[in-house]
Amino acid sequence: MKRPDKVKSGKIRALIGKVGLDGHDRGVKVVATALRDAGIEVIYTGLHQTPEQIVGAAIQEDVDAIGISVLSGAHNTLFVKILDLLRVKGASDIVLFGGGIIPYEDVAFLKEKGVRELFTPGAGLKEIVDFVKGIKDSQVSGVKSQESGVRVKKLTHDL
Amino acid sequence: MSGIEDLKKTIKAWEDRALKNATEKLPNLNKGFTNLSNMEIDALYTPIDIEDLDYRSDLGFPGEFPFTRGIYPTMYRGRLWTMRQFAGFGSAEDTNKRFKYLLERGQTGLSVAFDMPTLMGLDSDHPMSAGEVGKCGVAVSSLEDMEVLFDGIPLDKVSTSMTINGPAAIIFAMYIVAAEKKGFPLKSLDGTIQNDILKEYIAQKEWLFPPGPSMRLITDSIEYSAENLPKWHPISISGYHIREAGSTALQELAFTISDGLTYVEACTETGLKIDEFAPALSFFFNIHNDFFEEIAKLRAARRIWAREIKRRYDPKDPRSLMRRCQAQTAGCSLTAQQPYNNVIRTTIQALAAVIGGVQSLHTNSMDETLALPTEGAVKIALRTQKIIAHESGVIKTVDPLGGSYDLEALTDKMEEGVYEYLRKIDEMGGMVKAIERGFPQREILDAALRYQREIDKKERVIVGMNEYQEEAGEPIDILRIDPVIELRQHKRLTALKQRRDNSRVSMLLNKLKEAARGEGNLMPLIIDAVRGYATLGEISDALKEIFGEYREPSFI
Repeated sequence: MKRPDKVKSGKIRALIGKVGLDGHDRGVKVVATALRDAGIEVIYTGLHQTPEQIVGAAIQEDVDAIGISVLSGAHNTLFVKILDLLRVKGASDIVLFGGGIIPYEDVAFLKEKGVRELFTPGAGLKEIVDFVKGIKDSQVSGVKSQESGVRVKKLTHDL
Repeated sequence: MSGIEDLKKTIKAWEDRALKNATEKLPNLNKGFTNLSNMEIDALYTPIDIEDLDYRSDLGFPGEFPFTRGIYPTMYRGRLWTMRQFAGFGSAEDTNKRFKYLLERGQTGLSVAFDMPTLMGLDSDHPMSAGEVGKCGVAVSSLEDMEVLFDGIPLDKVSTSMTINGPAAIIFAMYIVAAEKKGFPLKSLDGTIQNDILKEYIAQKEWLFPPGPSMRLITDSIEYSAENLPKWHPISISGYHIREAGSTALQELAFTISDGLTYVEACTETGLKIDEFAPALSFFFNIHNDFFEEIAKLRAARRIWAREIKRRYDPKDPRSLMRRCQAQTAGCSLTAQQPYNNVIRTTIQALAAVIGGVQSLHTNSMDETLALPTEGAVKIALRTQKIIAHESGVIKTVDPLGGSYDLEALTDKMEEGVYEYLRKIDEMGGMVKAIERGFPQREILDAALRYQREIDKKERVIVGMNEYQEEAGEPIDILRIDPVIELRQHKRLTALKQRRDNSRVSMLLNKLKEAARGEGNLMPLIIDAVRGYATLGEISDALKEIFGEYREPSFI
């Protein structure tokens, strides 16, 4: 579904973040930096986000993709929750991808549910960058944004 | 001419004669050989490289200052290291069964992994806990869960290590009360709580309170432990997670030593004498693939710690100078591809840990890049330690590689690098300030990025991952956590809250809050609240009301 009120920039925008209680942020930070270096506009959420916060920020920031990292084993719950919320908010055109410690069967399950791609241990940065660059091929390009870089979005929530 | 001068000439002659010849044909042999700390490694080490080494003051004898060669005179001849597999998943019942399985198969100590909600001080029924309950550790929300977790385990004979940090004081209190209710005197309890919040801010990122009150809870628990549990280690100053977050071996050591010195200073500031608590301090290191680098790290750690504590506090008790440690093989070194290869990696790492003289060891299982380990995978990991202990022969001699030109030069280099970091951190005003500025976090991220790029470019070969790949993954059995556990935990908590004396719980929590506003030791009040079956989440919330919550300044 299209959101006509949003202006799409020429550059790919991706919200990269951690959802749930998992604090392992090595992978997500390495990926966020690699995407930035490849010219993608990255908005990094920081840790311990709820699915609601992720989806809210993604819509507000008008991103093309959400990349989520989960290493705590809660992936089936959290990815599905994000997909459901995107649907409810009419933002299913935002591509959801992710990575983490995710067993093979769960990768299949989550892809069937609508997660576009999942990167598991051993995935190279080029593979991830190429994937994110590829997601916009099917989308309309518009105004160019002035700068690329990582912005750290301050999201707060009450635990 | 002195012997050394003579030797320098001989080496020069060899370089001109043989080495030049070989490297003229293959110039690449001269450079590009680095360890995982990116230190340039020479092709050959000789007595020249350790010219300044003074045997007595730099190495000494095992069990004596500066403990470079080991903290005990006979090391593993006297007693093997504790074989301690980190375990925890699902409900307290599930993990209790795994503990008994491991003890029956020759494990000599327990190590508890808690799930994410527990690590964050949340009950299983908190909204943020959805999907996380029992997933990467065991769910413990109340004293009731703790009692089930250790049911039928002789806590006066088995030592227990608990990886818990933000809410460490509360979980420690639960363990104390559970043991007490089972009739074990506090004096008989042996074990460790990790209780290291600085490395949480730096690397593992599971926190509750800001640094100030967190440091208070740490010194309170150290003080309580020193007075009541003489065999207990109330803190395990951890480099493990710093390394897993992407640091080099050198950074791991430097930041861990810096954290350790920060805790010691905080304890002495509360009025504790160095010899009252320093003998109970312990450390926790990560052991990665670079064999000599890891051994050098462990030896340098002992020497630096002994020297710094002596220089700063001049303790009377030599045990205050001993850097005892737990080690765990590197989870981040394992690959999801061709998982059986992980058994070999773990073996090399475990061998380095043993030669490096650790006091206890966890060996990772081959399936841990996919999920928590299955029983079968854990058994191989444990047997790896048994084979090193009983078949490899390395335990016969203390510090068997001590005196190796290579290893001694590396140990020196590691020490120099650590002091350079300590100076930088001092200039920033200490570790807490450095963390607030994001210094260790940035150093770690840079190292993680560099490592990943080296792998992507195949400058570092990871067998089965970027070279020697195979098309299809070999499917292996993995452990699945039953999602029903979450529901069962909710029911158990609801039942507990109906059964207990709720007005008493409120009274205990109010007393705790009152005390948190003041300055006294909070451990007795936390213990009282736990005994009244206040839950982990309720106690954390009470303290958050007074202390506030930590929010990370994000660094990328």
